[in-house]
Amino acid sequence: MSFLNRALTLSATAAVAFLISGCGPAETPAAKDSAATGAAPAGSQAQSGRDYVYVVGSSTVYPFATVVAERFGRGSEFKTPKIESTGSGGGLKLFCTGIGVDHPDVTNSSRAIKQSEVDSCAANGVTEIVEVKIGYDGIVIANAIGGASVALSRADIFMALAKEVPGEGEGELVENPYETWADVNPALPAERIEVLGPPPTSGTRDAFVELAMEGGCQTVPWIKALKSSDSNRYKAICHTIREDGAFVEAGENDNLIVQKLEANPGAFGIFGFSFLDQNAEKVKGAQVDGVSPTFDAIANGDYPVSRPLYFYVKKAHVDVIPGLRGFLNEFSSERAWGEEGYLSERGLIPMPTEERSAIAAAVRNLTPLSMAGQ
Amino acid sequence: MDKGLTTRQKVEAGLARRRRKEYTFRALGALATAVGVIFLAVFFASLIGNGASAFQQTFMLLDVELKEDVLAPGGELDLQYADFDGLVRSALRDVVPGVSDRSERRALYRLVSTGAGYQLRDLVVADPSLVGTTQTVWVPAASNVDMLVKGNIDRNLDESLRPLSDKQIGWVDVLDQQGRLESRFNRALFTNGDSRDPELAGIKGAVMGSFYMLLVTVALSFPIGVAAAIYLEEFAPKSRLSDLIEVNINNLAAVPSIVFGLLGLAVFINWMALPRSAPLVGGLVLTLLTLPVIIIASRAAIKAVPPSIREAALGLGASQMQVVFHHVLPLALPGMLTGTIIGMSRALGESAPLLMIGMVAFIVDVPGSFSDPATALPVQVYLWADSPERAFAERTSAAIIVLLGFLLLMNLTAVILRKRMERKW
Repeated sequence: MSFLNRALTLSATAAVAFLISGCGPAETPAAKDSAATGAAPAGSQAQSGRDYVYVVGSSTVYPFATVVAERFGRGSEFKTPKIESTGSGGGLKLFCTGIGVDHPDVTNSSRAIKQSEVDSCAANGVTEIVEVKIGYDGIVIANAIGGASVALSRADIFMALAKEVPGEGEGELVENPYETWADVNPALPAERIEVLGPPPTSGTRDAFVELAMEGGCQTVPWIKALKSSDSNRYKAICHTIREDGAFVEAGENDNLIVQKLEANPGAFGIFGFSFLDQNAEKVKGAQVDGVSPTFDAIANGDYPVSRPLYFYVKKAHVDVIPGLRGFLNEFSSERAWGEEGYLSERGLIPMPTEERSAIAAAVRNLTPLSMAGQ
Repeated sequence: MDKGLTTRQKVEAGLARRRRKEYTFRALGALATAVGVIFLAVFFASLIGNGASAFQQTFMLLDVELKEDVLAPGGELDLQYADFDGLVRSALRDVVPGVSDRSERRALYRLVSTGAGYQLRDLVVADPSLVGTTQTVWVPAASNVDMLVKGNIDRNLDESLRPLSDKQIGWVDVLDQQGRLESRFNRALFTNGDSRDPELAGIKGAVMGSFYMLLVTVALSFPIGVAAAIYLEEFAPKSRLSDLIEVNINNLAAVPSIVFGLLGLAVFINWMALPRSAPLVGGLVLTLLTLPVIIIASRAAIKAVPPSIREAALGLGASQMQVVFHHVLPLALPGMLTGTIIGMSRALGESAPLLMIGMVAFIVDVPGSFSDPATALPVQVYLWADSPERAFAERTSAAIIVLLGFLLLMNLTAVILRKRMERKW
């Protein structure tokens, strides 16, 4: 019995000691705040200094950023950067919470930063942000390799997936009546419309809606006219996806979409080009406006549903956080994002040569973003 | 029923119906069990079918000349910028002659893992005297070669549809004929941290992250949970308040785990300013999660100790505390430990609360302390399942197998503890 007694006393003592040591940092939130707003932000707190780069942001950029981070970590004396996949919006929100070791240095984004986000950053003292465009990503509409090969136009995509489509008369909208692809366009197969796509929280969904749906939406003259007269209504018409079961939100996991397409040859899926690239023997991409989603077609801008990818850096953190400058240089090096770089093997579509060198120079000089210039 | 029937006759009249009922009930029960067993069997079969191949990895035998002019151009070893990849590539060119075209060379280089260069660097770091010699080393093959060897890439498919071209498959066959390809145990899976190259990716980082987290959890939740259970059962006066506490503890056990993650984010990270993504915070969150489970199990174990033991001890003059510590606690301990281990295995399998505190992240370096950034095993499964590279599919299953192995081990410990220490009254 005395053994048990001793064991219990021991573990209790350990727990108490642990609690006390664990609560240590709690006494210094004030110190942290002053460090966050001070001029010399990070490193001023020796006990909580961070010796690795901290990256958050888009799940689309995540597969590329992680490769760069790993190469950088293995090839240098610095630690490998930590990369959290939070989504573009979530990443920018974390990024804008302040300056200092507790806040991320870099956020990845599959869309450009918004004015509202720049403002919220500025309100928290994050004023000098460097924008780095890293390349392009194509969004593909794919089906199983055994399914029909289709050539869609963006107008077809809009008609098939919008919640409301133009009716007979001008200015008239009806609940989307189309059940098969042939109803939309007689040249398409007479199969039920079933599209698996990402949920609204995803950057891929945002880009798909803006590039494919809105592109198709604009082919209707009276809706296009709304853009200047009633932009809210215009957006509501062009950006709203049908909710009657033809479009299925399949979650953020693109592998799952590929598997579901294999099991169901009649269905289409929406995901990033890198997944098509890696699963070319399972799924094939549909032509959009007559262009197949290939590496070259996305790189030279022929494929209409493609978007630039970015990351954003806090200038104040460069040269304070160990390895941050090296990470930036690795990311913007030719061997990473160049035409034959290792990122292109992962499915990132490189920018043209002049654009790459211009952006690489901007990274070296840490030219901050100015929203007026956009 | 007729009055003229004897009891025996009455019973016999209903017997067939009763037997039929019993038979049906038994059949239904057996069916339910069979369905459960079949689901489990299918689950394990598909898991092992998918994951077993991940424990093997294809390696490539290369004779690498550690050229002095490449590694030590000025006579001095310069490991930071030394081109180990170039050495691997020229060794590969020597094995497969006649590859001169630039794009063909690039295709050839893709057959070997990027890890080969790092492996050579580690070799030279360990023994600088190797510079200038030719070393015969087994380096990992690229994951696509591994997939081809394992039959996960169909070589009869059209060239444009598979990740390896006809030429590359031809080179793989040349290597194979020379005996330069071999399937070996995939040690990297257990000794490496995460990687974006499937052939280099391992679960050590995640296992260590889970280990540190569970250490924090057990160090906090066991003493706190047991102390709370003892107080509530043995000392607390029965009142409205203690009833309220009891109801709340039972409710807490049923709260979805993501809620604890949000609480952890608000309290430990935002307010107490503990580091994000650290096992320390993960352990604290999991402590909150397991505490109700442990308190409930411990109270049940204390309740199961017969009152006669307490009364006998009190009758012999023991104090309340002596009764608890000398008699009740030792008898209740097996039940408490079982509850703790089951709570721990629940904590080991959690990923949702870790999402909120930044532990769903790409972390290559294996954590060495409670405050290093880390992930956990279930999180690693989630991250791999979401990766586009094909070879991660089998590694996902392998990671699940390892996770299930740990869970099985913990539950087995719980069973053995109970069997060994259990006492009958």
